[in-house]
Amino acid sequence: MRHTISVLVENKFGVLSRVSGLFSGRGFNIESLSVGETIDPAVSLMTIVTSGDDQIIEQITKQLNKLIDVIKVVDFMEVDHVEREMVLIKVAPRKEDRIEVLKLAEIFRGRIIDSGSTAYTIETTGDEGKINAFIELIKPFGIKEFVRTGKVAIAREKVKKK
Amino acid sequence: MKKTGAEIFVECLKKEGVKHIFGYPGGVVLNIFDALFDDKDLKLILTRHEQGAVHAADGYARASGKVGVALVTSGPGATNTVTGIATASMDSIPLVVFSGQVPTLLIGNDAFQEADIVGITRPCTKYNYLVKDVNDLARVVKEAFHIASTGRPGPVLIDLPKDVTSGITDFVWPEHVKIRSYNPTYEGNKWMIKHAAHEIAKAKKPVIMAGGGVILSGASKELKELAELTKIPVTMTLMGLGGFPGTHTLSLGMLGMHGTYYSNMAVQDADLLIGIGVRFDDRVTGKVATFASHAKIIHIDIDPTSIRKNIRVDIPIVGDVKTVLKDMLKVLKEETKEPWDAVRKSWLKQISSWKQERPLRYTYNENVIKPQFVVEKLYEITKGDAIITTEVGQNQMWAAQFYKYDKPRTFLSSGGLGTMGYGFPAAIGAQLACPDKTVIDIAGDGSIQMNIQELATAVIDKLPVKVAILNNQYLGMVRQWQELFFKERYSYSHLDVVPDFVKVAEAYGAAGLRATKPSEVEPVIKEALKIKNKPVFMDFIVDWKEKVYPMVPAGASINEMLFEEEKKTEKRLKAVK
Ligand SMILES: Cc1ncc(C[n+]2csc(CCOP(=O)(O)OP(=O)(O)O)c2C)c(N)n1
Ligand SMILES: [Mg+2]
Repeated sequence: MRHTISVLVENKFGVLSRVSGLFSGRGFNIESLSVGETIDPAVSLMTIVTSGDDQIIEQITKQLNKLIDVIKVVDFMEVDHVEREMVLIKVAPRKEDRIEVLKLAEIFRGRIIDSGSTAYTIETTGDEGKINAFIELIKPFGIKEFVRTGKVAIAREKVKKK
Repeated sequence: MKKTGAEIFVECLKKEGVKHIFGYPGGVVLNIFDALFDDKDLKLILTRHEQGAVHAADGYARASGKVGVALVTSGPGATNTVTGIATASMDSIPLVVFSGQVPTLLIGNDAFQEADIVGITRPCTKYNYLVKDVNDLARVVKEAFHIASTGRPGPVLIDLPKDVTSGITDFVWPEHVKIRSYNPTYEGNKWMIKHAAHEIAKAKKPVIMAGGGVILSGASKELKELAELTKIPVTMTLMGLGGFPGTHTLSLGMLGMHGTYYSNMAVQDADLLIGIGVRFDDRVTGKVATFASHAKIIHIDIDPTSIRKNIRVDIPIVGDVKTVLKDMLKVLKEETKEPWDAVRKSWLKQISSWKQERPLRYTYNENVIKPQFVVEKLYEITKGDAIITTEVGQNQMWAAQFYKYDKPRTFLSSGGLGTMGYGFPAAIGAQLACPDKTVIDIAGDGSIQMNIQELATAVIDKLPVKVAILNNQYLGMVRQWQELFFKERYSYSHLDVVPDFVKVAEAYGAAGLRATKPSEVEPVIKEALKIKNKPVFMDFIVDWKEKVYPMVPAGASINEMLFEEEKKTEKRLKAVK
C-alpha cells in the first residue's frame, strides 16, 4: 500500500540525512520526498511517499517518531486530505503539432512558463493521476525532459453540516 | 565569568557528576587535555586505543548505571570509536562520547585529520551534535546527558571543533532541558496493564521473558515480586541475565540459540508469554513463525519501535519497565485473587520435569580442561559474587550458561553487536566503577587479542582485573559452526599462532598464570584472586573440541535443539530441516 506521510521536523542541519538514513538503513523505500519551511521558520515539513504493508508502515511511523528531531508524524492514509504535485515539462513539438500541445496544456490547466524557438516549458499541478495522464498525452509530441516536485499534502478542513 | 570552551567542558562534566573519563589525546583536543591537566576531581583514564576507551566507558556505565564518558581526537581517533559506539547502541547503554574536530572554518576542506564523524555515527548513536558555537556548548552537553540516560538509553556523540574549545564565553549551566520533540513515555496505558494482569490470572502456562530493559530501568525488585506473587517461571535473554536471580527456583536461565532446554520448551509450550524489556532478537526467537506459537504475547518496552518489529503482540504496553510493573503489581494485588500456588502447580511440575530431563551439562574429563569446568569453578570460588564481562564466541555462551547471576549489572556482555574485544576494556571500566568488586573477563584466545593493549591501562591504574582466557587455539564458535554445518572444513578458524599469554601479561607488568590440567584450575583461580594491585591473565588450555550446547541451528524453531549427548548431529540436522 502507498502512504503519504508528513513529518514535522526541527529545521536543523543534518535532519534530512537522519530521515533519509533511517529509510535506507532499514530498507524502507522512498518514492518521493519534498521538504520546505513552515509558518514557523524553526520547523520544516517533509512529505514522504512510501509503500509497504501495515507492519512496515507502522515501523516507519514509529521509527520516524523516535528520531529526536521529529516533532510530529501524520500518515495521511488515516486523514482526509488533499494532495498536489507539480511538474515542469519541456516539450519540443513539430510545427504542425504546436496548437495541439497548447490545447492539451489548456485542458490540464497548464501554463507556458518559458518558450524558445523550438520548445516550450509547461507547468501544471494536480494529483498524481492527473500529472501522469498529462505526461502520457504529451509524450507523443516529443518530451525533452520533465521534473516533478514530489507530492505535498494537507489535511482537509471539516465542513459543518447544516 | 568568562571561560574557554575547554574549561566549560570540564565544568559541565562536573555538573553532571562525572568522575572518570576514558580517552586518548590528539592535536585538536589539546585545549581540553590542558584543562584536565591539573583538575583534581576529574580523572582521565588513558587507554591504549580509542575503541578500548569507549568499551571501558560502556563497562563503567553498565556496572554503575551512570553515563559513561569518552574523549578522543578528530579523524582516526574519532573513527576508532565507531565499534564501541555501535556496541553501546545495540545494547542501549548510556554514553556521551566527545570527539575533537578540525576548526569550523576548515570543516569540509578535507583538512588534516578531518572525518565527518557526525555523519559516520548518525546511524549508531541515539543522537549526535556538531557544536559550532562555544555559546551552545553547555546546553549541548546538558542535552546530551539527558538524551543518553532517559527513555531507551543510548550513546550520544558531541563533535567539538578546535576553535569551539578555545573560544571564550560566559559559562551558563542550563538547569533544565527542554527538547519539544523528545518525550519518552514512562507510564504504561492503564487499561492495557489491567488487561495484561487479567490475562496473567487466566493463563495456565505463562512464562516471563526478561531482557536488558529490566536492568536498565532498575526493575529487578519488581520483576522478582511479580514472578513470586504469580508463580511464573522467568527466562532471560543474554542481556537480561542478572535481572532475575539465576539461582531462584523460578529461574529458567537463558533462552534462544544457546538457551537451556527448559527455557526453550517452556516458551514453545506457553499459553502466555510476557516479554519485559526485550526486543525479540533473532538469536532469541529462532524461526519467528513458530516462536511461542501457542501463546498470547504481552510486550512491555519503553521503545515503541520494539513492539511488533519482529513478532506479533497481543497486548502491547509502551512504558518504563519499572513503572509498568509497579502498576501491574497493584492491579494484580487488588483485582486478582487467584490461589496462585494451586493454579501453577501442574505447569511448574512440567517445568521441573524438563529441568530434570535435560539440565545444562558437559562431560568432565580429568586429563583435559573443559571450558565449562573453568566457568563453573570461577562461579564456585567467587561464590557468584563477581562482575563478569565476556568476549564473544563460545566463551560468552559458557559464561552465560555456567555462571549464575543473582544481581543486575553483574553480567556485562556485547549482546546486540557481538563485539569481540569488548570484555577486557569493559572489565577495566567496571573495575573503576566498582573498585571493591572482583571483576573477571571470561575471554577467548581470539577475542582477547582484539584489545590486549589495554593491559597497559590496567597496569598503570593498578586495576586488579582478572582475565580467564579459555584458550582453545581456535576461533571456537566459528569452528563449531564449521564442524556442524560446513562438513568440518575449518577454513581460517585455527589461530595457528597464539601468543604465550603468560609472557604477554608479564611483559606489560601484569601477572600471568597458566593451567593445563583440570587439577590446576582451582589453584590458578585462587592465586589470581589474591592479586590486588595489578591485572592477571589466567591462561586455561582447554579442550578445543568442546562445543556449546544446546544449540538451535540458525533458522530453526527454538525447540529444535542439538545436544551434546547426541553425537549423530548430522542426522538430527536433517530432521530439523
Ligand atoms: C570483531 C568481531 N569480528 C568477528 C566476529 C565473528 N566471530 C564471532 S565468535 C568468533 C570467534 C571467537 O574466538 P575466540 O575469542 O577464541 O572465542 P571462542 O569461540 O574460541 O571461545 C568470531 C570470529 C565477531 N563477533 N566480532
Ligand atoms: Mg578461542
